[in-house]
This record gives sequence, structure tokens and C-alpha cells, in this order.
Amino acid sequence: MSGQRIKFYQTGSFAVGNRLLKPEQRTVQSDAGRTNSLTTGHRACQGCGEALGARYVLDAVMRATGNRAVTVNATGCLEVFSTPFPESSWRVPWLHSLFGNAPAVATGVAAALKAKGRTDVRVVGQGGDGGTVDIGLACLSGMFERNDDVLYVCYDNGGYMNTGVQRSGATPHGAVTTTTPAGNSFGQGKNLPLIAMAHRIPYVATATVADLRDLEYKAARAMEFHGARYLHVLVPCPLGWRTASDKTVSVARMAVESGFFPVFEAIDGEVTEVTPIRRPRPVADYLSLQGRFGETPAADVVSRLQAEADRNIRSFGLVVE
Amino acid sequence: MRAQIEGSRAVARTVARCRPEVVCAYPISPQTHIVEALSVLVAAGTLAPCEFVNVESEFGAMSVAIGASAAGARAYTATASQGLLYMAEALYNASGLGLPIVMTVANRAIGAPINIWNDQSDSLSQRDSGWIQLYAESNQEAADLHVQAFRIAEELSLPVMVCMDGFVLTHAVEGIDVPSQEQVDAFLPSYRPRQLLDPDAPITIGAMVGPDAFTEVRYLAHAKHLKALEVIPRVAGDFAREFARTSGGLVRPYGCQDAEIVVIALGSVLGTLKDTVDELRSGGVRVGVLGLTTFRPFPYDAVRAALRDARHVIVLERALGTGMGGIVTADVRGSVPAARISTVIAGLGGRPITRAALRELLTGADQLEPLTFLDLKRDVVERELT
Ligand SMILES: Cc1ncc(C[n+]2csc(CCOP(=O)(O)OP(=O)(O)O)c2C)c(N)n1
Ligand code: SF4
Repeated sequence: MSGQRIKFYQTGSFAVGNRLLKPEQRTVQSDAGRTNSLTTGHRACQGCGEALGARYVLDAVMRATGNRAVTVNATGCLEVFSTPFPESSWRVPWLHSLFGNAPAVATGVAAALKAKGRTDVRVVGQGGDGGTVDIGLACLSGMFERNDDVLYVCYDNGGYMNTGVQRSGATPHGAVTTTTPAGNSFGQGKNLPLIAMAHRIPYVATATVADLRDLEYKAARAMEFHGARYLHVLVPCPLGWRTASDKTVSVARMAVESGFFPVFEAIDGEVTEVTPIRRPRPVADYLSLQGRFGETPAADVVSRLQAEADRNIRSFGLVVE
Repeated sequence: MRAQIEGSRAVARTVARCRPEVVCAYPISPQTHIVEALSVLVAAGTLAPCEFVNVESEFGAMSVAIGASAAGARAYTATASQGLLYMAEALYNASGLGLPIVMTVANRAIGAPINIWNDQSDSLSQRDSGWIQLYAESNQEAADLHVQAFRIAEELSLPVMVCMDGFVLTHAVEGIDVPSQEQVDAFLPSYRPRQLLDPDAPITIGAMVGPDAFTEVRYLAHAKHLKALEVIPRVAGDFAREFARTSGGLVRPYGCQDAEIVVIALGSVLGTLKDTVDELRSGGVRVGVLGLTTFRPFPYDAVRAALRDARHVIVLERALGTGMGGIVTADVRGSVPAARISTVIAGLGGRPITRAALRELLTGADQLEPLTFLDLKRDVVERELT
């Protein structure tokens, strides 16, 4: 993809005009020769945003690296649904060690490759938001601080889904989980993209499964840098969010269009690019697509989440007139 | 070449000669000198190619070692006490994944109360972690065991812990023959991993295993440990031929043939025990010492053979199985179910084990309770208990 960014003005059908582009500019997924890093037949729920996101990220990474990448995975849904022994859905070298150590294990892989002089092989670590913002945060921060040559991808579905939808440090305020049955009373959650940027690592980006071309672009772009890189992907979870399984992409899009989930890139800790919103949608529209905020979300929850979205719109300059 | 050198430095230099490609470290006393010395060797380019990774915790250290080993690098780390416990989750993972990581444990007590001095509660607490555990009697043996550990680990695809008593060994300066690079190179081939993360031949490592296959996986881990009972003495034999001195192996009997009383112990206390036994023997008391160099896998047959003539076995333990007594005793009892066995808990948190106390203990062995705390200050505990 070589860093060239293609912008699409989607016309309502969301059909991306691959045919109109030169072959090297087409999406990775449109290429029959792609790696198919995460094959079909795994055991994710129908409409799982995490499965969708991981497939796009890894295929893009494989294309960007000429199929020379190693993947380290934290414990969580992605690991469990893809590797029930003796089956595996991975067509990439893939290692799972523990819930809280994927960044450090990835560091170890990178260190081994460096010692062996294998500059051709790249390393990707990945995990859910629980593994990333909570139990794995110390390892991740260490990896950032040492600027190890690893791309770490967090698939943020806003909770511990694999263990049955408990609250994580990335669960939004007001969301019902199995450990916050009355709605998450905590704050806004840990903002890991900002924490990553505070480490001044070469590349930080956010993306969602609503814009898969952007997701592919960012995964590939990340591989143009060396050192620690962080990609935070919003991946709706039909089970945990209580959304219809055909609404994964719509609900992710609404997270972006309401300003609730800002999509941006940052280089060396400074925001360099944001995905603008034409006309911000009310956060209430985003919440109403989901069951986890209750049948009719409480007014104080709505106003608090709207304030968060407004703050994002302001601080990232999401709306351009 | 023989030199006056600190135990930690001897171990660091020996490890460097084993050519690890990734070394990771997090500081904890009394392990620090080992990794400090290694970081100097890496920075100076003496140990190359090698990546030295300064991690944010012991959990991170073992995790980095796991990743490095799975990617085909020879990986090494060192820790002690709380650090080993902080690693515990990753320890089981390293052995479960069959990764031949070598780690030094500079044995130290576990808190609370916090105590930096030597006993063996840390490594013994990880008894069932799937790691091979070797215990050094002296600094010479500590150095030598590391060379053997890499061979054993890589031949079996299992991680190996080399345990050496904190301070007593790590900080003691004495004459040590640090194996030369030529000798180590001749003894230790380069690491050829059993399974490898490789883009040219992608495999899945660390899959989720259900009830249909989990027992089999655990059985295979056990079988590998049983195989280690053959590999460890063979490697020790090869070592003796190559280096012209004996270190390692399963057990080290000392005057056990005709001994009525045999004391079993692990680590540096064996030196004091042997001196005491020599003294008592010259006075006609038939005592012997059995050093356990290998604690995991437990060498049942070798222990049984060494205890053939003993009518009373005393296990000198430097850790406590709370509410039960001796951790090593449980295994000794499995080796010689019919023997009279006494447990003596000694040297906890660095309490000195003196020859005088051992002499008294052994001369009065017939009056020993099944469980004794050596040099226990009765007045202190009784105040608390009443
Ligand atoms: C040390 C440890 N604590 C708890 C668990 C149980 N556990 C496994 S996966 C998981 C939640 C994973 O959540 P997340 O990282 O958000 O990924 P998701 O399943 O949502 O994709 C938990 C709590 C574990 N495996 N290890
Ligand atoms: S619970 Fe959620 S994250 Fe897990 S597989 Fe199902 S949809 Fe995906």
C-alpha cells in the first residue's frame, strides 16, 4: 500500500470500487493471493467484530511484509475461538502464551530475530481490550518504553467477552456487563491510544471495522515504521453489546459518526491525521442500536457519553466545516 | 582457568560462554550481580550476538524468554524469591510449551515478613511447575551446572532452573574454574528448536486443548521428566570427561554405604554437613550424607539405592510446607516408605546452620521428633502462642 491513502466517498451502497483502481491499490481482501491469515471455520459468534478486524489486520500486515510476520496472541476470544486443538484457523506463525504477557512475548520474539540478524521478519502482538488495557498494561508500557520493534493491536470490544462479558478498563460508562449489572458506574475507561502516545512511540492509530479499507491502510502503514507501534481497533461484539449480529459494522460506524470513537493517526505522540465527521450523529443513536445500555438508556448516561463525544470532537477537531 | 571470583560472576561468565542470544532481567537480591555482569558483557560486545532486554517485571522477564525461545533463540534469565513467585504463571507456561529456557534461581526466603536472606522456599514452591530443578552445592558446581543445564534443556525441550543459595554462594568469593569458551563450545551444540515460529513454515503454538487431549499432554510432560532421569546423569558423565571434574547428576552420596543415619539435603549446606559427618565418623558414629542435585524430576531409584543401609533418614529442609512439615521429606518418604524418617527444618531466612548444631542433632538422632525446627527460640514462640 506504500503509504498512499485512498479516500472514498461512499455513496450509500458501501461497495468499494476495486475495479476502478490499479491492482496494487485494491484492498488486500480483494486479492485472491492474500494469506487468508485467519481462515473461515473458526468458532467466533456470528457477526464477531474481533474476527473481522483480526482477519483484515493480519492480511494487510502479511501483504505489507511479503508474508514475513510472526503473530503473538493474548488469551481471549480471538485465541479461544481460533485454536481448539487439534484445529487451528491460523495460516501465520502464531503463538499464544498467557492473558497478560502478549506484548512481552512479542518483545522476546523481536529480540530473538534481532539477535539472529533476521531483519526480514516482523512481529505483531494482539489481544482484547482486557488483556491490553488491564492485565497486560505493564508489559505493554514496557514494550513501548523500550521502543521494541513490535506492532501491538488491541481489539477493543469494551469488555472481557471470553469469560462471559465482564467489565474491563475499557468498558464505557453506563454499560451493563455481568459484573456491572446496574451499568458500569466507573468513568470513561482507560484511553490506551492516548497512553500509547504519551510514550512518544513512532506510530499510534485507531480504526474500526466500519471502515475496513482504513483498517487495512493503518495496519500496512504501521509496518512502514520500526520500533513500538500501537493500533487500537473498535470491534463490536454482538454477544456483549447485545446487538443484532448483522449490525456489527453499522454500530461501529455510529461510534465514529457520533464522535464517541475518534479515528486518527499519531506519529511520535502527535496527532497527524483524523477521520472527519460530516455531521455528527447524536450518541443516543449509537446507544439505541445496543442492548447493553438498557432498553432506553438513562438520561444521565446519555448526557455523560454525549459529553465524552463532544470532547473528542473538540480535541481531535473531528468536524470540519 | 582457575580464578578468585564471586559466585555470581562465575555464573555470569559461564552463562555467557553458553552463548545465549536473549538475556532478560529484572533486579532482585541476591540475583542482581549475575544479570549486572551479563549486561556488562553484552554492552562490551564480549557476548554477541545477544540481546539484553531490561524488562518491567519478572513476569515480563519470563515472557520475553518465552517469546525468544519460541522464535529459536537460546534464552536465559535469573531471579529469586518474590521474583520467582511473580513469574509463576509464566513458569508453568514455559514448561507447558516445551521451551528450553535456562534460569538461575538465587535462593531466597519468601515474605511476609520480608527477608532477603537465603533459604529454599522460592524454588521449592515451584516444585510442580514442570521445570527441571538442579541444586548447586558449591560455586564451582553452580557454574558447571549451567553448562549442563542448556544441554539438558535443549535435549528434552524442557526448561531448567539452576538453584544456588543466595549470598552463601552468589556473593562468596572463592577459587573457581570458569569453563573456557573452547570447552563449552565442544560440549554444548547450538540450539536446534523442536518447534519454531517461522514464516516459512507457519505453525500454531499454544493452542487451546480440551479434556479430550489434556491428560495426554500432561502425561507426555511427565514422560519427558522421566527421560530426564537418564539424560541428567549422562550429561554429567559427558561433562566429567570433557572438563575433568564431577558436577551435577542426580544424587551425590557421601559416606552412605555403611551409614546407619543418612542426612539428605540440597545446596550449599552439604559442605557443612560433610565436615560434620567426617568429624562424627572419626568418632565412630556411622553417618552419611546424601546430596540431592536433581530435585525435579525426583530421582526415586537413586535415592532408594543410596539409602539401602540406612535405618534412620534425616531430611534437612530449608523450606517449610506449612501445616505439614518438610517438602522434600514427602518425596523421600515415597522412595523409602519403610524407613524411619525425621524432618529437620533449618536455616530459614538465613538463620546459620552451624556445625555445632548439626553435631548435636546427629549425636542425638535417636531422640529426634518426626518434625524438628533447628535452633528454634522456644521462649519467643511460646510468648505468642499463650
Ligand atoms: C491471569 C488470568 N486471569 C484471568 C484469566 C481469564 N480470562 C481469560 S480471557 C479473559 C478475558 C479476555 O478479555 P479481553 O482481553 O477483553 O478479550 P476478549 O475475550 O473480549 O476478546 C479472562 C478474564 C486468564 N486466562 N488469566
Ligand atoms: S463473544 Fe464477542 S468477541 Fe467473543 S467471539 Fe462472540 S462476538 Fe466475538
